[in-house]
Amino acid sequence: MKILKEKLFQVITYAAALFTIASLLGIIAGIFGRGLPFFGKVSLPEFLFTNSWYPTHAEQSFGAWALIAGSLAVTLGALAIAIPLGLGSAIFIAEIASSRLREIAKPVIELLAGIPSVVYGLFGMAFLAPLVRQWFDLDSGLNLFTASVILGVMIVPIVSSLSEDALSAVPHNIREASLALGATRAETIFKAVVPAAKSGIIGSVLLGFGRAIGETMVVLMVSGGAARIPGSIFDSVRPLTSTIAAEMGETVMCDLHFQSLFALAILLFAITFVTNLLSEAAFGKRRHG
Amino acid sequence: MVNPQIQAFGLNLWFGKNQVLNDIDLSVHTNKVTAMIGPSGCGKSTLLRCFNRMNDLIPETRITGKVTLGDRDIYAPGTDVTGIRSQVGMVFQKPNPFPKSIFNNVAYGLQVQDAVKNRSELADRVEASLQAAWLWDEVKNRLHSSAMSLSGGQQQRLCMARALATSPLVLLLDEPTSALDPQSTAKIEELCLELKNSVTILIVTHNVAQAGRISEYTAFMYLGELVEFGTTEKMFTVPADKRTEAYLTGVFG
Repeated sequence: MKILKEKLFQVITYAAALFTIASLLGIIAGIFGRGLPFFGKVSLPEFLFTNSWYPTHAEQSFGAWALIAGSLAVTLGALAIAIPLGLGSAIFIAEIASSRLREIAKPVIELLAGIPSVVYGLFGMAFLAPLVRQWFDLDSGLNLFTASVILGVMIVPIVSSLSEDALSAVPHNIREASLALGATRAETIFKAVVPAAKSGIIGSVLLGFGRAIGETMVVLMVSGGAARIPGSIFDSVRPLTSTIAAEMGETVMCDLHFQSLFALAILLFAITFVTNLLSEAAFGKRRHG
Repeated sequence: MVNPQIQAFGLNLWFGKNQVLNDIDLSVHTNKVTAMIGPSGCGKSTLLRCFNRMNDLIPETRITGKVTLGDRDIYAPGTDVTGIRSQVGMVFQKPNPFPKSIFNNVAYGLQVQDAVKNRSELADRVEASLQAAWLWDEVKNRLHSSAMSLSGGQQQRLCMARALATSPLVLLLDEPTSALDPQSTAKIEELCLELKNSVTILIVTHNVAQAGRISEYTAFMYLGELVEFGTTEKMFTVPADKRTEAYLTGVFG
């Protein structure tokens, strides 16, 4: 009886793991099944590198370059906010704060990660966008800048908490070695501790990148939505994710437009997949010294 | 006798409410090797760390008394702690090279102390330090590979080179061979004998025989007190205190 229970337990966990992997394969198969036929009609270079996204015009064209540029611009903008904020707070928590302050600051920053993205989006639309419009005297506050700020704050917890783990994992004796050589505390942090945590910090930034480029709700709500290559940080943009979300409802099942959205999904999937592999490699490097 | 390099006068130290050092008076002679021995927890490492103010890093540390380096009171208010530390090198129990290249490990102290004017001087000083730590021949062809690729004994000599690079007056060694194999240990010991011509060495060791091999002076500590201090030769042949004798003969430890 006991042995049977043991076996049953093993089978259940095995099935759970198998089901998880199967759903991943199912998603990949579904996306590629719908998306790949698109490339029979539109060439990959045309899709990636031409700037003409007119899926609903009589003369349809599917050049996604502006959407790709929109995604990259918003994501890099978000990183420009998240790296200094995240790394700064990680250094503060790991190296400078007293243990009591650390107990408070760490969970508070991680609380940011628990806020649903639609709430970020709502905040961006209702509060930040009008301010941005006022401050910079614009026609609309829904633009690349606002989206980057909101998205940046959203991924701060990822950069901060993983960087903090990486900094805290640096052996104490590295700090002692540096201080004993006459380095100040700041020199010790920036010349000894941060370099020693480098691969973990890079990994955290890559994960933040992956999270930001895949984020949909915030950019859908605050990036403005114009499918053109941004010329300034106050231009409206339309990233890949919000394109899929916004246009899916307009398509006819299995027409070219429908397939083109799956092609965008393949592209997104490829980007996040590579990003995850790279960050995994960075973290792995840390684990293996 | 030459002026003592380091002196402690009535030194007391507490971690929180726990008194770890009790009224220590000690004179460390210039350019000699002084060993500090005693059972685990007797405070010898803590005393060593008083001499470059590394105990400052431990919260709730309180110190009374006086410690001088040359004629400077290193606990005087307003003392430049990093300045003190740049004159006192330290090597730790476990080799702790930075995860940087061999070259950059040795260059680190010179760079943070702004001790060199240009790259060629830096390269010269790095080479001289690696020579002084007897590591140059083993690493001269791979100065830019990671210090982590060295063996434990080589890493510890790299730490010696790193500490020597800035030409400190004093070298503090905190059980530098306890994590090493006998051959690497022998090499570090010989190195100490060689180096004492140019630098004052204070070494904490668990190994009584090691103290006998390399030191001219020995301090025996027990329960936070300095029980006995004198020439190693005298202490090892006719110890004045019966606790010293008991420790040296292995009755406790």
